Amino acid sequence: MDVLDLSRWQFGITTVYHFLFVPLTIGLSIIVAGLQTAWHRTKKPEYLRLTRFWGRLFLINFAMGVVTGIVQEFQFGMNWSDYSRFVGDVFGAPLAMEGLMAFFLESTFLGLWIFGWDKLSPRLHLATIWLAAIGTNISAYFILAANSWMQHPVGYRVQNGRAELTDIWAVLTNSTTLVTFPHVLFGAFLTAAAFVLGISAWFLLKKRDTPLFRTSARLALVVALVSAVGVSLSGHWQAQIMTEQQPMKMAAAEALWEDESSAGFSLFAVGDVENGRNHINLQIPYGLSLLSTNTLNGEVEGINDIQARYQALYGPGDYRPVVGLAYWSFRLMIGFGLLAALLAAAGLWLTRRGRLPAGRWAYRLAIAGIGLPFLANTMGWIFTEMGRQPWTVFGLMRTAAAVSPGADVPSVAITLAGFTLVYAVLAVIEIRLLLKFVRIGPHEQAEQEDAAVPALSY
Amino acid sequence: MELTTVWFVLIAVLWTGYFVLEGFDFGVGVLLPFLGRDEARRRTVVRTIGPVWDGNEVWLLVAGGATFAAFPEWYATLFSGFYLPLFLILLALIVRGVALEYRAKSDSTRGWDRAFFWGSLGPAFLWGVAFANMVRGVPLDAEHEFTGSLLTLLNPFALLGGAATLLLFTLHGAIFLALRTTGDLRQGAGRIARTLAPVTLVVVLSFLVAAGGGLPVRWAAVGLAAAGLAGALAATLRGRDGWAFAASALAVVAFAAALFTGLWPNVLPALNPANSLTVTNAASTPYTLTVMTWVAAVFTPVVLAYQAWTYWIFRRRLTGTT
Ligand code: HDD
Ligand code: HEM
Ligand code: HEM
Repeated sequence: MDVLDLSRWQFGITTVYHFLFVPLTIGLSIIVAGLQTAWHRTKKPEYLRLTRFWGRLFLINFAMGVVTGIVQEFQFGMNWSDYSRFVGDVFGAPLAMEGLMAFFLESTFLGLWIFGWDKLSPRLHLATIWLAAIGTNISAYFILAANSWMQHPVGYRVQNGRAELTDIWAVLTNSTTLVTFPHVLFGAFLTAAAFVLGISAWFLLKKRDTPLFRTSARLALVVALVSAVGVSLSGHWQAQIMTEQQPMKMAAAEALWEDESSAGFSLFAVGDVENGRNHINLQIPYGLSLLSTNTLNGEVEGINDIQARYQALYGPGDYRPVVGLAYWSFRLMIGFGLLAALLAAAGLWLTRRGRLPAGRWAYRLAIAGIGLPFLANTMGWIFTEMGRQPWTVFGLMRTAAAVSPGADVPSVAITLAGFTLVYAVLAVIEIRLLLKFVRIGPHEQAEQEDAAVPALSY
Repeated sequence: MELTTVWFVLIAVLWTGYFVLEGFDFGVGVLLPFLGRDEARRRTVVRTIGPVWDGNEVWLLVAGGATFAAFPEWYATLFSGFYLPLFLILLALIVRGVALEYRAKSDSTRGWDRAFFWGSLGPAFLWGVAFANMVRGVPLDAEHEFTGSLLTLLNPFALLGGAATLLLFTLHGAIFLALRTTGDLRQGAGRIARTLAPVTLVVVLSFLVAAGGGLPVRWAAVGLAAAGLAGALAATLRGRDGWAFAASALAVVAFAAALFTGLWPNVLPALNPANSLTVTNAASTPYTLTVMTWVAAVFTPVVLAYQAWTYWIFRRRLTGTT
């Protein structure tokens, strides 16, 4: 493997890993803030216990999100120095804004929230969790604006061998950002909801704190269903924008080789990349035309035609991403997401009017369901980023030209192995810790361990 | 003032803020095994920075982001050139951050304390190594790519720089601990500060003098750093913790100022001066700098206000016995 391959693996592994924690942080921060607001309004002690319980799990996850995020901030310079030189004038701005406007907000106010229970007035203390939650959402907006610029560059001109910013407003209101942001947010809420639902189901199965976790479960089911609808609608808009801006990605996602009107949505295909055709293709008639153009007979471009067009436009070369990967990651994202939605709908039915299902299988399914949105998120990013290949910045810079020219194989191999190893160990520790605090449950013992704080001297 | 100058100063300010704030965090980590004789004391030591360390670390992230936005060439060359040291710093910051958050939640704290110690000592030393190389100059080619190796970076001058920051941050941390605790913890921290201060003064001054050259304002900064360290010692001897902390913070500020005034107008000097990165040839366009200046002008005061407020909320001393 050369420096380019190693660097790509490193970026993929560290970023996908970072994004395992990110959606849970985004979703859970708002859920915890909501529960604390409910406690503040009603003064019912069960809301306080839920705030504390979910808050603890939120913090365990947040820590991992923070430490893996630090790596992201420096990786562009380390492994992708020519990329950084080329895009810095445009791309650096949202990244710096993210730090100044969002990271300071979330880290400072979360510190106040954790240690401020007995130091701040209840209202002020409630405000700190909301500010931290708002910070995480602002952070998502800016980083997605940066990422969207790579998918669809706007507000720039190429001069002096680099992309130079001409319109920051265009970058921050990129049509790609405007559809990506809700999609990622809804995905994050679905993730958090599945997490809360699965853990609540475990308590209900064990018949521990049933009233408390019945509340949690119902809340999670509603959030899950709303998010599943949101993620599908926003995904639909994304597909339309993508068909227009990155037709090759859409074509690869569908293994659609030739231009076609009234195109069907493929469910299962076995293709032949060499010869550019499919052996087997099971389709929902008109599905793709509907998804990407809102009409039954809209024309969707195929891989072979786009490839020919791009060769004329950008010169000789292979402009096709790895079609199999794009195809399957797209399907699996939607599939895992729809499965989660189905679970949520079934759950709402089973728990209607305060009922609880008798069979153990329902709870087991809910516990297993925790994994679904994580898989969907991962597949979503792999699709978005791999579907853009061979470009790093669509139409402007190829991935092969982006890598650090000075980097050598041993160094990148060491860091790749180092990060992977440390991340693997940390994953084990984090999961053990989550399980430990789930088992302890919303109880005094946890409060004591958590608040094992020395007395204050005044 | 030209915008490139404004941004050079702003980035210097961000690094200075990072060194002042996370400097004492690092010091607290390095001192943990020396002051934390039992679990109650260790918990108190860690707790002095519990509410604030994450916010302190963001100064680094914003310094990185601001460098990317304002001087992309600097960001690209620096971080790809200092590849392995930066990797070690990142690993250290990862285990340290996790240790700080998970320590109180785990059944056994031994491993986490070790991680916290090494995760603090590593960056406290390595940032000195990195900055020493930055002021001394590194081999760059005409494309501004770093052409040296890891050994290029580990020269004696750089190791002296590492020793300087390690001592400086550890002293700063000892004084911070004396300010934030009571009883025998406070006494122990004061004792360490008294022992460290003279050594720190010698090492920091020899490093700054060996770095040599620069504008007169740089020598003023060197003088101020010496005065700050001497003042920190004097105040510690008199048991005036607040003054001692102000003086050691001043010393860290002056130390960073000496580094950055020594750099100007370069951002990363090359051994062959023709290839040096300067505030002009590394900078973003005036448009980007203007946009970022507005953003910084609006949000920096807000951030400073709420961070200062946080320190005010957690201003009370912690006792070491539960
Ligand atoms: C701000 C920019 C940015 C953002 C927000 C993301 N990426 Fe990305 N991604 C890149 C910028 C980038 C990149 C630097 O441009 C890479 C490296 C090589 C490339 O072509 O794009 C890349 C590659 C890349 C790859 C490997 C593709 C390849 O090398 O062929 C994967 C799997 C991901 N990304 C996944 C993600 C995930 C899971 C993200 C969610 C956090 C993510 N990306 C956000
Ligand atoms: C590849 C680009 C990315 C970079 C450079 C990056 C950078 C960072 C950094 C430095 C942190 C730590 C902040 C702290 O200390 O509080 C962080 C955390 C975070 N990032 Fe990322 N990030 C990336 C991708 C993303 C994406 C795509 C999202 C959202 C959709 C995101 C959302 C978050 C959130 C919510 C946090 C808070 C901590 C947590 O996740 O638990 N990041 N990121
Ligand atoms: C009907 C369901 C869905 C549709 C039609 C859909 C559509 C899309 C499309 C078209 C993209 C690519 C955008 C681009 O590259 O320009 C995308 C990306 C993504 N999807 Fe989905 N999606 C669906 C469900 C889900 C679910 C359930 C999740 C997670 C819980 C999810 C998470 C993501 C993520 C994280 C990305 C990458 C970030 C982005 O570009 O937005 N998606 N989705």
